[in-house]
Amino acid sequence: MFKKVIMGLIALMVMSMAFTVPSMAEDKIIKIDGSSTVYPVTEAVAEEFQKAKKGSIKVTVGISGTGGGFKKFCRGETDISDASRPILNKEMDLCKQNGIEYIEIPVAYDGIAVMINPKNTWVKSMTVADLKKIWEPAAQGKITKWNQVRPEWPDKKLNLYGAGADSGTFDYFTEAITGKSKSSRGDFTASEDDNVLVQGISGDLGALGFFGLAYYEENRDKLKIVPIDDGKGPVTPSEKTVKGGTYQPLSRPIFIYVNAKSEDKPEVKEFVEFYMKHAAKLVKQVKYIALPDGIYKKGLDRFHKKDKGTVFHGEAKIGATIEDLFKSKPKM
Amino acid sequence: MENIEDIKRKIAKRKFYNKLFAIIGLMSTMVGLALLVTLFADLAIDGTPRLSFKFFTSFPSRFPDEAGILSAWVGTCLVMFVTASAAIPLGIGAGIYLEEYARKNWLTHIIEININNLAGVPSIIYGLLALSLFVYFFKFGESVLTAGLALALLILPMIIMATREAIRAIPNSIREASYALGATKWQTVINHIIPYSTGGILTGIIIGLSRAIGETAPIITVGALTFIAFLPPSPVGGDFPFINFKWLLAPFTVMPIQMFNWVSRPQQAFHLNAAAAGMILLVMTMVMNAIAIYIRYKFRKKIKW
Repeated sequence: MFKKVIMGLIALMVMSMAFTVPSMAEDKIIKIDGSSTVYPVTEAVAEEFQKAKKGSIKVTVGISGTGGGFKKFCRGETDISDASRPILNKEMDLCKQNGIEYIEIPVAYDGIAVMINPKNTWVKSMTVADLKKIWEPAAQGKITKWNQVRPEWPDKKLNLYGAGADSGTFDYFTEAITGKSKSSRGDFTASEDDNVLVQGISGDLGALGFFGLAYYEENRDKLKIVPIDDGKGPVTPSEKTVKGGTYQPLSRPIFIYVNAKSEDKPEVKEFVEFYMKHAAKLVKQVKYIALPDGIYKKGLDRFHKKDKGTVFHGEAKIGATIEDLFKSKPKM
Repeated sequence: MENIEDIKRKIAKRKFYNKLFAIIGLMSTMVGLALLVTLFADLAIDGTPRLSFKFFTSFPSRFPDEAGILSAWVGTCLVMFVTASAAIPLGIGAGIYLEEYARKNWLTHIIEININNLAGVPSIIYGLLALSLFVYFFKFGESVLTAGLALALLILPMIIMATREAIRAIPNSIREASYALGATKWQTVINHIIPYSTGGILTGIIIGLSRAIGETAPIITVGALTFIAFLPPSPVGGDFPFINFKWLLAPFTVMPIQMFNWVSRPQQAFHLNAAAAGMILLVMTMVMNAIAIYIRYKFRKKIKW
């Protein structure tokens, strides 16, 4: 009996293994990790790329957040890092310590949308000053009701939802709103999982939250979007206003960072070429905002010329327009 | 003196309490059962339309209709294989040592207490341990091997405890009879202790594995939250010697992770995929538990002291 059971278990295991494809001569694996905002784009490219290569090149795409992704990238654990903000000084230093050089390539545009409950009738638009009042660290425990933000708003509880602290979205939002990256009040519901935020805001009348515009596009019926006024009148985020640079300060380019040593790895080179060639179509498909075709060509040029470094000098620049991405030469 | 009416009333009261407890007991059972049935029905309603042969043989995809669980269930099988290979020999070995060989002193007492406590440690702690030990120290990377060993650590205390319980249930007279015939300790263990405790040990192993199969936290901690649309290299076939171990270090995904990934997507259609995968995972767990119950039944029937 004992032996039979063991033999049966072993047979089952062997059968499940026989199902796996015969191994290739040498496995080519491209490792990608980083931002959950960039993930849908990279995932789409990875899926199409593997289909086009008939599985001869393997691609893994992880979700560690922009910061978590750079930590791995700068230790040399990944080939490509997804980032929803430019690389920061601290991360540049880490890369330098480990001798990792990189090429910065923009892949799409994303807006950060500020969201409220659909039953919220009092908010028509918000100014950057309103948002700062709500989100700055000094507001913690103090600004807890809507009428504390603007007296004409009702005496209702204000509940906050936002992207988690390891995400580029959080870094960018805090930089744009409070003027300092990662400087925010701490008493809000934070999650890297945007679905949690959608659920929270859609079930809470007094909710206010922020996350990537693409997520709003998928949940239009559950959320209400807030037009943002940066001194030039309220602007609702949309493909037109984000691309045109009028939705400020909450629109931003998103990037991939490629390890410069990848020229030793033809599969990574092939992947980046594939990325740039098909990005425009795939980015639209996953509801992000594509860059103009010329920009993808410039990105590919930068990769081929191995123009290493970043054009942002390690700062989270707010309101970077498409022109800014290629205006200056990248520096390590 | 109590009259007959008083006594009757007392008896009626006692009978009432007797019935009352039976009803409370039944209701408690029903709550647990109803929850399980509701959960399963909910998953089945959402997930059944997605179940097809294609669902099992497709890789994950950004299109919910094309997405499948091939890489997930193969990953789960491989990880479980590693977990079983590591945890079973270690668990049984430790259990036998503690019961049969170890002297009962303060040291073994401390070991015992620690093992009992380890069984209650939250699984994410094992994930953190595995991250620093297997991923960074031994440099196994985010691989099948790391995940399998992490889960093995998790279920090791359960297997040790199940082994000890099973061995403790064997009457001392069996050991004494064996020694009386001149058998050594090792002969006693291999010819009597192990065969008689097999039922209990196997039950413990399968319950341990069916817990490990659904674990998400430690596997996320070792870094498996990933889009994987390929299978690890096959362990059998190919060139001589027809077995290779490359798959051990391959990146992977498992069923709970695939579900987690789908649930966190905004499109409703992915949530249906998650429900379908959840149903399969639940069925896998139930089958394993059923096997455990069957084995226990079989061995209990065979052994008569």
